[in-house]
Parts: sequence; structure tokens; C-alpha cells
Amino acid sequence: MEQGLVFNFISLLIVSAAIIVMIQRARGGLDIQLRSIAGIDALEEAVGRATEMGRIVHFSPGIAGLDGTTAAQTFAGLETLGYVAKLVARYGARMIVTIRQPTVLPLAEEVVRQAYMAEGAIEAYDEDSVVYLSSEQFAYVAGAMGIINREKAAANILLGGFWAESLMLVEAAFHVGAISIAGTAMISQVPFFVAASDYTLIGEELYAAGAICSGNPIRLGSIAGQDYGKLYAMLILIVGALATTAGSSVIRDLIAK
Amino acid sequence: MNRQDFLVILTAIVGLIIIAAQFFTVEFIKTTGAELQSWGVIIAALALGLAAVNLSRIHIRRITLRRANWQYSVALVGILFIQAIIGFIDTSGGEVYNFGFENILTPSGAMMFALLAFWIASAAYRAFTARSVDSAILLISATVVMLGNAPIGQAIYEGMPDIKDWIMDVPNMAAQRGIMIGAGIGAIALGIRILMGIERGHLGGGDE
Repeated sequence: MEQGLVFNFISLLIVSAAIIVMIQRARGGLDIQLRSIAGIDALEEAVGRATEMGRIVHFSPGIAGLDGTTAAQTFAGLETLGYVAKLVARYGARMIVTIRQPTVLPLAEEVVRQAYMAEGAIEAYDEDSVVYLSSEQFAYVAGAMGIINREKAAANILLGGFWAESLMLVEAAFHVGAISIAGTAMISQVPFFVAASDYTLIGEELYAAGAICSGNPIRLGSIAGQDYGKLYAMLILIVGALATTAGSSVIRDLIAK
Repeated sequence: MNRQDFLVILTAIVGLIIIAAQFFTVEFIKTTGAELQSWGVIIAALALGLAAVNLSRIHIRRITLRRANWQYSVALVGILFIQAIIGFIDTSGGEVYNFGFENILTPSGAMMFALLAFWIASAAYRAFTARSVDSAILLISATVVMLGNAPIGQAIYEGMPDIKDWIMDVPNMAAQRGIMIGAGIGAIALGIRILMGIERGHLGGGDE
């Protein structure tokens, strides 16, 4: 075992076990109720608005790739892209998905194509609806802002990993009167989204969005399992705070193991 | 076994090896993990080719159909191919090849980044209006933090930097850590759903 990662590994096992147990309980028929998240509820409203106005829905799964610590955010964005694409296909709206990472392109194309197939509207699928713009961060954002402006987007959905371009994309959408739904787990960008977009998915809400949109009880089970993971984290925090206050470094030493 | 089931099994095997390589010092796992990540780099390079095809297809179609603003597409496709040809002749380290990067792309990127200041001002103007208790707290906190960071804040009230530090180190830090812990656990849950084949949105949807 790698030095200094024993506690991390045990914690990963505990949190994973809690999530898997809840998934299995959900499989067994456990009824799981989750609080509604305004940003997720607003997705249908945003697509409906774009349909009524005859304007596009702009979707970005973020600028992160499929590797490293930010990859999960890209996958979370793609999970929700499937739901949004189904809504777009169902309502007969038009969508443009802008892509920064080449590796994300084939996945996004497949997600959108399958969504149109699932809705029985494959003939309405536009091959040009998923657009690779550039691997360069600011070239990508300039391209995406151009599309939002020229096409006068009615809805701007940003779900994934974003960096400095987050505010630019939301502001570009605001200036053409688009409704913005933005979500990220990038802690430095959350304040920009909160300040500038109409609805924000913060941190874990981004990861839960795909599962909640699907309404699949097994997926919802994993969300319930997360709560036990959070309980574990809270327990460590409280015991650690009390121990440190009492002059003991037992939790700090444990975490360093 | 259909295509999706095969991909789910493949994802689970590769995912578990990469996770194990992070925690265990077993030579075989470490080597396999590193090898798989190298494959990732090769696949990413191949994907760049797919992306170039996507870009060319969309813009050549725009040109041939004379869609709105098709002239921009001519510029894009032209530069794409000219730069690629220069790259083949001059190599990626060549002076001619890098001229465009250094004199067009880099300054344009810097310009876009600089524009962020104006976007922040525009967003702040909308956000910092005291329409509710929440937005009033945001407005007051932001004003104190801004004043605490500027010399004028200390001139108005000596303790302004201390109040700013408290806001940043206590409520702000607590909220940030809360979000990070929640996001970390959320990412684990998403990873488990993907490894177990419950979440298949990235493979084109469908349930297990």
C-alpha cells in the first residue's frame, strides 16, 4: 500500500460500501424520495422555452477531458446531455452542443444520436448539432460565445468542468436573453455561476443530475448512499475538531496514515 | 452480450486497475495502470483527428450551402489546412509553424482572458442588488471583501482587512470545504454507477 493513502483507501471503501448497499436496497424495492433541485426541474422549462421561441438550446459538457480528477464532471455533463437531447427531440427543438476536448466529441455525438433514436425521431437528428470548436480554452469560448450570439440561443445549459470561461459563456447567454442553467464542481467557478446564471447546480448536484433526470430508482439509490458517505465525513470532522480542541492529534495522525 | 455490456465490463476492468494503481505498490498493477494511461494519450491523439474531420465537415457544408456567415468558415477551413500543411513541412517546432500561434492565437487568448474583467463587472452589477436577504448578505460581504483588498478600505476603517480575512477564512472556507466534500462523494457515487454499468449515458443511454 502507498504511504499516506491507507486512510484514503479505507474511507473510499466505506463510502463505496454505503453507496453499493443503498443501490442494492433500491434494487430490492426501497422507495427513495429526493428533494427537488430547481436547476434540474428547469431543464424542461428551458427546452420548452427554446421550442416556443424557435431558437436553439446551447449545451456544453464543460472543457474538462476524460482523464484526471475532473473527468467525472465531464461524464456527469454527458449523462444530463442525454436527458436534454431527449427533451429537444421530443419537442422538436434545435440544439447545438459545443465541444472543447476531442475525446469527448464521439461520446457526445453518440449520446445525442441515441437520445433521438430513443424518442423515435432519428430523422430529425442533425449531424452538425455536436460541434468541436477548439482545444484552446479561449478559442473554444470565443467560438461558443459566437454561436450563442449568432443563433440567439434561448437556453444555455452548461454542465461539467469549467474554468475561467464560465462567466463569459453565462454572460454571452444573458445578453441574448437566454435562460442559463449552469453546474460545476470547480469550486473557483461556482460563485460566477451563482452570480450570473438563472439556476445553478453546485458540486454534488451536478453528479446527481443525470440520475435524478432518469428517475431510475436504482440510480437514485446511489444518491441516497451518498448521504451515508457525508455522515461519515461529518463524523470525522466533528471528532477531529473535538480532538484538536482537546489537544489531541489522533485524527490528524490517522488521516496522515 | 451486446455492445454496451462489453463496454461496461471493459470500463469496469480498466477503472478498477487504475484505482488499484493509485493505492497499491504491486509492480504489475502499477505497470498496467501506467500502460493503460499511455493508451489514453494515444486515443486522445486519434480523437484529435476525428475532431478535425468534424470541424471540416461542418464548415465545408456551410460553405457549399452558402449558409449565413459562410465567409468565416472559408477562413477557418483555409487556416486549418494551411497550418496543417506547414506543420508537415516545417515540423511542430518550426519558426513558420509557430508564427501563427505566437502572433495570433496567444494574443487573442490573452485578449479573451482580459475581457473577463468586463464580464465580471457586468455580472456583479446584476448580482449585487439587495432584492432579498440572501442577495443583501452577498452584497455586504462582497463590498467588505473588495474594500478589505484595496488600500482605501484600510483608510476608511483600520479593521477592514481583518473582517475580510474572517469572511474568507471562516464562512467562505467552511462553505467551500462543504461543497468539495459533497462533490468528492458525488464523484465516487457517479464512478460506482459507471463501473457497475448502472449509468450508461456516455455509452448512448439505456438501463442495465
